[in-house]
Amino acid sequence: MMPRAKLAQQKRDAVSALLDGRSLPAGGAWATKARKAAEARLRDMGLPVRRDEYWRYTDPRRLTEATVQPGQLHPQGDDAPVFDAIDRVKLVFVDGVFDPAASDAPELAGVEITPLAEAARTDLHWARDLYGTLEARSQNPVQRPLASLNTSYATEGMLIRVTGVAARPVALIYQRKNEAAEAMTHHLIRLEQGAELTILEDGPVAARYNQVMEVDLGEGAVLNHVRTQGRDHERAGVTHLFAQLDAQAQLKSFTLSANGALTRNEAVIWLDGADGAAHIAGATVGDGAFHHDDTVFINHAAPRCDSRQVFKKVLRHGAVGVFQGKILVDQVAQLTDGYQISQSLLLDENAQFLAKPELEIYADDVKCSHGSTSGEIDQSQLFYLRARGLPEDQAKLLLVLAFLSEALEEIADPALADDLRDKMEAWLKRRG
Amino acid sequence: MLEINNLHCELEEDTDVKILKGLSLTINPGEVHAIMGPNGSGKSTLSYVLSGRDGYEVTEGSATLEGADLLEMEPEERAAAGLFLAFQYPVEIPGVGNMTFLRTAVNSQRKARGEDELSAGEFLKLVRAKAKELQIDADMLKRPVNVGFSGGEKKRNEILQMAMLEPKMCILDETDSGLDVDAMKLVSDGVNALRDAGRSFLVITHYQRLLNHIKPDVVHIMSEGRIIKTGGPELALEVEENGYGDLLAEAQS
Ligand SMILES: Nc1ncnc2c1ncn2[C@@H]1O[C@H](COP(=O)(O)OP(=O)(O)OP(=O)(O)O)[C@@H](O)[C@H]1O
Ligand SMILES: [Mg+2]
Repeated sequence: MMPRAKLAQQKRDAVSALLDGRSLPAGGAWATKARKAAEARLRDMGLPVRRDEYWRYTDPRRLTEATVQPGQLHPQGDDAPVFDAIDRVKLVFVDGVFDPAASDAPELAGVEITPLAEAARTDLHWARDLYGTLEARSQNPVQRPLASLNTSYATEGMLIRVTGVAARPVALIYQRKNEAAEAMTHHLIRLEQGAELTILEDGPVAARYNQVMEVDLGEGAVLNHVRTQGRDHERAGVTHLFAQLDAQAQLKSFTLSANGALTRNEAVIWLDGADGAAHIAGATVGDGAFHHDDTVFINHAAPRCDSRQVFKKVLRHGAVGVFQGKILVDQVAQLTDGYQISQSLLLDENAQFLAKPELEIYADDVKCSHGSTSGEIDQSQLFYLRARGLPEDQAKLLLVLAFLSEALEEIADPALADDLRDKMEAWLKRRG
Repeated sequence: MLEINNLHCELEEDTDVKILKGLSLTINPGEVHAIMGPNGSGKSTLSYVLSGRDGYEVTEGSATLEGADLLEMEPEERAAAGLFLAFQYPVEIPGVGNMTFLRTAVNSQRKARGEDELSAGEFLKLVRAKAKELQIDADMLKRPVNVGFSGGEKKRNEILQMAMLEPKMCILDETDSGLDVDAMKLVSDGVNALRDAGRSFLVITHYQRLLNHIKPDVVHIMSEGRIIKTGGPELALEVEENGYGDLLAEAQS
């Protein structure tokens, strides 16, 4: 066992080595200030290593090493892109760089959209107050150095402020053109009191990516976030969704993941006002050399809030799924309703699911439940379907989709849910 | 239609457990046969072996449907060939809508037989009409397969599937258990409506009452994995009145 101090020093040395010769991006006063503060945090924490309790099930090396492992580009082929039938404002990033020419005009009533690169040069007060703030808040009790790395070095991202009810979703589309590009994006989303928005994300992003989304929801604001992480198998990425919710605000976030050599999706949510609701869900299909980690931390800091975590993973051929989920209920958060479920369906003996569900409760009048299971296809269900004439493959597909459907039900908009269900079915069918 | 000859089976995981021990039975087209027998005599096992469930090893004997070797086929092939089992314990499948399930089943079988699939419209029309006869409401059709259904609802759902699939050889495993008097009538009417010169039934039951509604041509008594007596409908009445005691003793002597 290495002594703690020595390990901490090694982690800091690793940061110094990674940042050696790099300088913070140039930008306006507020951005530079935030970046410097984040870099100081990062240098102090050091890079994550497998020995950190928080990285126990996922090896972060591929996310932190100096060189980016290239990943093959896969053509879109005949597949319609996800969300293609949804009328949306498209904002396209190519290898992590915003491409205005490929994007729609960022015009939507009640919504202000500004690229980070531009905003850093202007004095956008709300952005100044938010940029890096939730990332900093998230560093206790658990450290998230990769998010600080993002705050200090990301130059790309969208700053979205919503003052009304957005008539159409805003879609962030990530395209890849370079086999070895690394992308770092940092988005800010601020919904003023009573505002509503649906934000979509999809695409393979880059060979390696580090994404942060900081979300600030005013009283009664409603944000729906639906994300797909698909195609291009050899990518590696880490994402952080940070969200703080004022009273009666609602957040629903759903992620569909397929493929990806290494993906770590973290969500850290603060329910700061009474009667808020946060639902975080994910459906994952892993086949082969695939490692997918969902790490969720929900803080109940006000009374009568409701939180749900629903994660489903279908794994085979050596795929590994990880779920770490925590519900922390503060003493003042009476009448909290917290629900957490993580389940895996292992299609063969090589697949693995590792789960660490946690509850930490300081209020006395709460309803919290959590459960985690790992199982195989139910043989009596399979026989029932086959006895009615369904070929074995089709019966299995139906059962896999049924297993994932509880997570899909967390999507607020049925049109989006149907779109993703079709997409998922197509993926599963193609893989056979 | 169905011909079973000297069928023997044991459990795959424990070959010491022999369940069927030389069962023979012939059902002609259009006939309704009933099987009665004490708990554990192997009635459900027979239905599973015929429909192809894993876990049983056939060690001897044969089973054919219209001359085709059932035991060589996958469960879905047996279904497409016209075999249907109404389960003693219908399985709940959360996340699969009853309608999706029914439509997929009907079309899979049609496809396997080289017939055109039903369009969404045709299917809907058909299922609505059949569901109505069985007093299955729209809500039950929308819900996941058998999830949260009462015992009687599950059995009616089995009969709905049978009506939609129009099999040639229907095996009903204790479809009457758990049914109230009215539901028993509904289910029996459903079965009788399907009776046809080209379709046969094997009705497994503990109670003569069902046989008042679904009149059998032949009644078999099963015990310890074989048929010990075969007769007409009067055999069921005898069991109802006297139990199995005399019949079992008679078979042993
Ligand atoms: N998978 C199994 N594992 C262990 N024992 C089994 C299995 N299947 C059947 N058996 C045994 O075989 C025997 C026959 O069971 P089966 O369910 O066929 O009886 P049954 O005639 O349908 O009874 P009932 O009238 O109670 O429905 C029983 O002793 C049962 O315990
Ligand atoms: Mg039985």
